[in-house]
Amino acid sequence: MDVQRGTLALMVLKTVDVMGPLHGYGIARRIEQISGDLLAVNQGTLYPVLLRLEQEGAIASEWRPSENNRRARFYRLTSAGRKLLDAEKNDWEKTAAIIARFFAVRAQDLE
Amino acid sequence: MRPLKRFIARFSNYLAGRRGDERLREEIELHVAMQAEENRRTGMTPDESYRCARLKFGAVEVIREDYGAEKGLPLLDTLLMDVRYAIRVLCKSPTFTIVVILTLMMGIGANVVVFGVLDAVLLHPLEVSDPQNLYQVRLKPWMSGRLLTTSYPAFQDFQRKNTTFSGMAAINAYSSAAISWHGGALREVHGIETSGNYFDLLGVQPGLGRLFHASDEHGPGSAPYIVLSEELWRSSFNADRGVVGATVVLNTHPFTVIGVAEGRFHGTERFAWPEYWVPMVNEAQAEGGYDYLHNRSAPAVTVIGRLKPGVTPRRATEDLNAIEAELSKDYPTTDRGLEMRLIRPGLYGDEGDVIRGFIFSVTVLALLVLAAACANLTSLFAARAADRSRELALRVALGSSRLRLVRQLLTEAVIVSLAGGAAGVATAALLLRLLSRWRPPYGHLAISVDLRIYTVGLALALGSALLFGIIPAWQASQSNPLQAMSHGAEGSPRLRRFAFRDLLLCAQIVICTVLVAASLVAARGMVRALHAPLGIQPTEVMLAEMDLGQLGQAGETALEREKEMIEAVRGIPGVTSVGTANVTPMSGGARGIPVFRTGTTELTFGNSVLSTRRYVISPGYLAAAGTRLLGGRDVSWHDTADTPQVAIVNETFARVMWGDSPAIGQRFILFGGQMEVIGVAEDGKYHDLAESPEAAVYRPSSQEVESDVVFVVRSQRAPKEIARELQRTLGGIEPNAPLSLRSWPDALSGVMFPARAATVALGVMGMLAAMLAVTGIFGMAAYGISRRMKELGIRVALGASKTQLMRAAVGRPMALLGLGSALGLLAAIVARPLLSQIVYQANPSDLVVVGGAVLTMTLLGTAAAAIPAVRALAIDPSELMREE
Repeated sequence: MDVQRGTLALMVLKTVDVMGPLHGYGIARRIEQISGDLLAVNQGTLYPVLLRLEQEGAIASEWRPSENNRRARFYRLTSAGRKLLDAEKNDWEKTAAIIARFFAVRAQDLE
Repeated sequence: MRPLKRFIARFSNYLAGRRGDERLREEIELHVAMQAEENRRTGMTPDESYRCARLKFGAVEVIREDYGAEKGLPLLDTLLMDVRYAIRVLCKSPTFTIVVILTLMMGIGANVVVFGVLDAVLLHPLEVSDPQNLYQVRLKPWMSGRLLTTSYPAFQDFQRKNTTFSGMAAINAYSSAAISWHGGALREVHGIETSGNYFDLLGVQPGLGRLFHASDEHGPGSAPYIVLSEELWRSSFNADRGVVGATVVLNTHPFTVIGVAEGRFHGTERFAWPEYWVPMVNEAQAEGGYDYLHNRSAPAVTVIGRLKPGVTPRRATEDLNAIEAELSKDYPTTDRGLEMRLIRPGLYGDEGDVIRGFIFSVTVLALLVLAAACANLTSLFAARAADRSRELALRVALGSSRLRLVRQLLTEAVIVSLAGGAAGVATAALLLRLLSRWRPPYGHLAISVDLRIYTVGLALALGSALLFGIIPAWQASQSNPLQAMSHGAEGSPRLRRFAFRDLLLCAQIVICTVLVAASLVAARGMVRALHAPLGIQPTEVMLAEMDLGQLGQAGETALEREKEMIEAVRGIPGVTSVGTANVTPMSGGARGIPVFRTGTTELTFGNSVLSTRRYVISPGYLAAAGTRLLGGRDVSWHDTADTPQVAIVNETFARVMWGDSPAIGQRFILFGGQMEVIGVAEDGKYHDLAESPEAAVYRPSSQEVESDVVFVVRSQRAPKEIARELQRTLGGIEPNAPLSLRSWPDALSGVMFPARAATVALGVMGMLAAMLAVTGIFGMAAYGISRRMKELGIRVALGASKTQLMRAAVGRPMALLGLGSALGLLAAIVARPLLSQIVYQANPSDLVVVGGAVLTMTLLGTAAAAIPAVRALAIDPSELMREE
């Protein structure tokens, strides 16, 4: 769950990075589309994550009319958020590469 | 950076009270509505689409809670809740709260005061640059009160030959002079003479003008400069900036004021603050004729120095010893080749050891007071927790976690202890301010009430809260709610808990007995000090100090003046006897003067028989001072330069020189001259009360003229009257000489100071301890009785006699009192080394002390147990039975 929470934050950042300002439902939909079942249930867990990211200054939010003219809270990436995203992305890629190498290794490679 | 940003956001939310989740509600609504719309588009009925949307969203309440937790600071929230609850609970039992706060106030306050003094005296570095590599050179033997160790020529040799010091300066802190400015009034000021490099060595900056340097010195008399202290500049020169460059007269010699030292610099002694600094090369002018610059045999300077980087004190000592050994070969008659050691300057040379020991011991005692207070509070809190067991059990039953319970009880402990600590620190700060304004005879004590002091207060408060809060809290959390609810207050692990409380009370009584015994020891020491055979009778004696040398008088004229003045004083009505001395006992003066047997040809230190103190006295001095002449005659005006040189010696002198054979008529060599003993005087104290018997010799002023004169005037008239008469009489004869008048007991108050300080410090600790003992025993007895009312009632109903009832009611506290007192006395006797740091010749196994401590504790215990005991006796069983 903790891992998921961390990844969820990263996904949120990437989503608003790619899509531009989005409201909560939009972000949830987007993550659901890409990640499959991660947000198929308990979509609400997204909101504490959004709040946390906003308090950390990675994203900013404001009220704006939605596509069908309802008042919605739109979240967008800040410059601090972009830096954070880049750093996290780097980390992920490094970790993923290391893990991938470990899985690729066969017994005879080590001798 | 990010966590900080987040904390700030959360904290500001918390402060603004933004705990509402309007925004979240709106967002959830929109989210669900959009999801439902989406669902409808896939062909669900409106109801179905909403239901699925909500399901997909998840548990709204959980999310809201999560959200709220992210938004604010939940920990702070519950903490505040605990605090509010604790304050409410404490306010409900004001007596308890006040007792706890007062107890802590005394315990913490005492410790903060002691720490303030400790900080000012020991921890605070001297106001010089790099104080850590500054050392003072001392002779190897431990010597009380002797700051001057080396002659000036020897200092110069050390300075030139050493390879381990980056700099070395000489100080003579005994300079005093009558100062006048613009022909203005004479005032007696005290300062120090230093080598020219002094200020540069210490890294001191001028506050005004400039300071003198080594380059200002060009041999004796070449630098008639004076640097003023800021205090003197403010008090006597009205903080006039124009004083720089002006000429002032020290004694009869003109000195140019070149500057004022920076205000925070007070020399290298913590207590003795000089009022001025003059270059040592001009000491003869400042001192009124006495020249020590060329005298190898007079220890005239204190040497301080800075070690070169990387040099250990040990290597420096070896270097100094090698030089001293060399000097003793070159100058066998004057340089003794004594071994040296290095100490930290600041506390009157070796007195530092005494002062450190004193403060350390008082710190230990103060901590003991706090420990006793904590023991007291632990049992109070434990008792309270036991009384509240029903409430606590209810909270556990209602789902409060045990951790939360412990936290709640600890919060209460912390709150009272913070309140007690605040009260203690406030009182201590007040006392410390008074202390630093007070001018003890030992000199200045500058205590700044600063952050360190508040920090210590806070740390002590939190520390004690943990000490007395954690055990009761843990105990309470261990209790079984079911049992507590069904059995009420008489819970089951009572016996064990009672044993624990007994232990606490016993510990408390032990500590209190130690402290009471310690204060009795101090009181005994004080009494002993007051009645120690001083070799003088200072009561009803007035001292009038005058420096004739400052007026340029010396030799025969000065002697004639002195005779004239003695006769004039004798003529004052009510004066029973009068005499003069160059210096009175216990106020400094020459010492360590080598004495040789007649016939000794080589007057080297190795050949001397003893070293003595020397007093130059007029006829009548011994009678006026109250020093008994045991045999022979007093000095007389007929002992002149033309008659044989004579001396009166004291008992120790006579015994060491001639054993049991009569001393009168014997001869010895002093200062190279043959002396004949004409009288033997009783032994006395010459430096402080703690010294062992020392040799002393009295020489007639008619044979050895000294310019310093102290008139010792005995009279039964009121000190004020006689002072006025003396002022008029002596001032009439010598209007230009600064005259300082003091009663002898006042002048000796500095000597009495250690004993007084010890008595006050230990007396206060003892009193605090006594109060704690009373509250402890009272609390224990009262609590025990209130808990056992029912049982005692049954006993009365069954026909228990008063004695039996009393035994049941207060037997246990009284037994504990006996056991605790016995253990405490043992502890006090074991702690003798600690006490002897504070009180000279401390003897806690002294019958008076043991008896006094036992009596005090018994009285305190009886008084404390009396009220509960009376309550027990007044029990009316029928009423009690009906009540429950």
